[in-house]
Amino acid sequence: MTGLTAEIVAKYNYWLYVILMMVGLYAMIGKKNLVKKLLGMNIFQTAIILLYVSSGVKRGAGIPIVDKYKALAQGVDPTLVVNPLPHVLMLTAIVVSVSVTGVALAVLLRIYREYGTLEEDEILEKIGK
Amino acid sequence: MSSPTNLHLYILAAPLVAAFVLNLLGRLSRRWVMPLTLGPLVFSTAGSLMLLARVLKEGGFSYTVGNWTPPYGIELLVDPLSAMMLVLISGIALTATFSALPWVEREHPGSEHLFFTLYLILIAGLMGLVLTADAFNLYVLLEITSITTYGLIAMGKGRAPLASFNYIIMGSIGACFYLLGIGYLYILTGSLNMADMAAIIKTLPQGPALATAFAFAIVGLWVKMAFFPLHGWLPNAYSLAPTAAGLLFAPLMTKVTIYLMIRVILNVFTPEYVFYSHPLVQSGVVWAAAIAIVCASSLALGQRDLRRMLTYILIAEVGYMVGGFWLANSQGMTGAILHIFNDAVMTLCLFLAAAAIASRTGSLSFDNLKGLYRTMPVTMAAFTVGAFSIIGVPPTCGFFSKWYLLQGAVQAGQWGFLAALLFSSLVNAIMFFRIIELAYFTDDGEAHHGGHHHGDDHHAPVAEAPLPMLAPLVVTAAALLVIGLGTGPIVSAIRLTLPKFL
Repeated sequence: MTGLTAEIVAKYNYWLYVILMMVGLYAMIGKKNLVKKLLGMNIFQTAIILLYVSSGVKRGAGIPIVDKYKALAQGVDPTLVVNPLPHVLMLTAIVVSVSVTGVALAVLLRIYREYGTLEEDEILEKIGK
Repeated sequence: MSSPTNLHLYILAAPLVAAFVLNLLGRLSRRWVMPLTLGPLVFSTAGSLMLLARVLKEGGFSYTVGNWTPPYGIELLVDPLSAMMLVLISGIALTATFSALPWVEREHPGSEHLFFTLYLILIAGLMGLVLTADAFNLYVLLEITSITTYGLIAMGKGRAPLASFNYIIMGSIGACFYLLGIGYLYILTGSLNMADMAAIIKTLPQGPALATAFAFAIVGLWVKMAFFPLHGWLPNAYSLAPTAAGLLFAPLMTKVTIYLMIRVILNVFTPEYVFYSHPLVQSGVVWAAAIAIVCASSLALGQRDLRRMLTYILIAEVGYMVGGFWLANSQGMTGAILHIFNDAVMTLCLFLAAAAIASRTGSLSFDNLKGLYRTMPVTMAAFTVGAFSIIGVPPTCGFFSKWYLLQGAVQAGQWGFLAALLFSSLVNAIMFFRIIELAYFTDDGEAHHGGHHHGDDHHAPVAEAPLPMLAPLVVTAAALLVIGLGTGPIVSAIRLTLPKFL
C-alpha cells in the first residue's frame, strides 16, 4: 500500500492529467447538454496540455531565458533551465483548442436558433416529430 | 540528388493565399469567386503534375522550411507517394469545384466567398498534411482541415449544425488522442521530426510507453478516418453537408487520413515494430477491418437514400484500406495505397453523379430515381461506370486495387479478410443493381416489358444536369477507366515508397 501511495505521489502530475482527461471524456460522452459536452472537450484538451507542459519541468531549474553571448560562448547547462519546447508546442495547441471552441460555440448558436434548446434529448425529440 | 526547388510550396501556397484574397474581394463582387477558386487549383494541379514528373525522374527530396535544419526545424518530405497524393488532391479538388460552383450559388446565395474561403483553406490543409514530415506539424494541419470541415458542414440546412457538432466532439477526441500519442513519443524520444523519431525508436526498448504512444496515435487517426466502429459521425456529417462540400470531403478526407496512418506507420514507428513485433495485434487489426467491411456494407444495404448509402460505402472502403495495409505484405500494402487513389476517384464520380441527379430531382431518396436512364442518360451512364468500379468490374480501376488486396489476403492467409472483401463486393453489386433497375424502368407498368427502347419518350423528355455538373462527371468516369488501364505505372510508382524488404 505504501509502495502504491509513493508511486502516486511521485508522479502526481501524471495522475492529475489522467483524472482530468477522464472527467473530460465522461462529460463529452455522458452529458446530454451540448454546452457541457463542449466544456468536457476543453477539460480534455487541458489535460493533454498539462501532460506536455509537465514533461518539460526539471527540479530546481529556472526559466529558459539566457544571455545570448554567454550561451554562445559557454553553452547552456541543460539542468539549469526547463525544456521550453513543450511549452511552445502547447501555445499552438491552445490556439487550436480556442479555434475549435469558437467554431463549436458558433455551431451551438445555430442549433439553439433552430431548435430553441441545447439539450440533446429534447433536440432529438423535436427531430423525431 | 536533385537540384532544389520551391515548387511544392507554391502548390500549397496558391489555394491558401487565394482563400484570403477571395474573402476580401468576394465581399465586393461575386465576379471574383470563380476565377479566384479555379485559378489557384489549376495552378496547383499543373504544379503538382510537374512535381510528380520531377520526383519520378530525379527521386524524392526533403525540404527545410525557413532554413531551420531538421530535427529542430520543420521538414517537408516530397517523395513519389506524397507527390502522387498532391496530384490526387489538386486534381480531385479542381474537378469537384466545377460542380461545386453552381451548387454553392444555388444553396448559399450571397455567401459564396465565405464558402470558398473555407473550401480553399481545407484544400491547402490537405496538401500540407501529405507534405509534412513533422509529427506535431501534422497535428496542427489535421486540425486546420477539421476546423474548416466543421464550418463547411454547419453551413448545411436543417440538422446539419447538429451533425457538425457531433463531428466536432468526435473529431476533437480523435485529434487529442493523436496529440497524446505524439506527446508520449516526444517524452520518449525528445524529437518531433518523423525520420529522427524513427531512428531513436529503433534504439529504444519496446516497453509499454511506446505501445501506448502507438495505440493513442493510431486510434486517433482511426476516429478521424471513420474506421468502423468509430464511424458514428460520418454518415450524418457527409450526407447533411452542403452538396458542394460533400463533393470535396467524400473523396479526400478519409483517404488523406489513411495516407497519414501509412506515413505514421512507415516513417515513425517503422513496420518492423508495428507488424512484426506484435503479430497478434497485426492480425487483430485485419480482423477488425474485416468486421468493419461486413458491418458497414450491411448498413449501406439498409439505406433508402442514395447519398446516405454512399457514405456507408465510404466507411466500408476505409476498412479495405486499413485491413489491406495491415496485411503487412507487398501485395496488400500496394493494394491499399492503390485503393486510396482509385477510391478517391470513384467516390468523386458517384458523388458528382448524385449531385447531378439531385439538381434535377431535388431529393436522392430511391423513389425519386425511377426512370432516370430516360431523362438523364449521360449522368446515369457515368454513374454506372462508378458503380462498376466500386463493385470491382474490370477494366474499371476498382477491380485492380481489389485484386491486389485479394492477393495480399491470400498471401497472408487472412481468409476472414478475403471473405469480407468478397462479401462487400457482392453487397455492392446488389445495391447498385437495385438502383440501376429502379432507374432503368420508369413506372410499374413498364417494369414488365424488360425490353430496351419502346419509344415511349413522349412523357419523359431528356433533362440532363447543367453542363458544369455534367462535364466533371464525365471526365471522372473516363478517368476511372484510364486509371484502371494505367494501373501498371501507378503501381511501380507506389512500390518506390514501400519499404525495401517487402
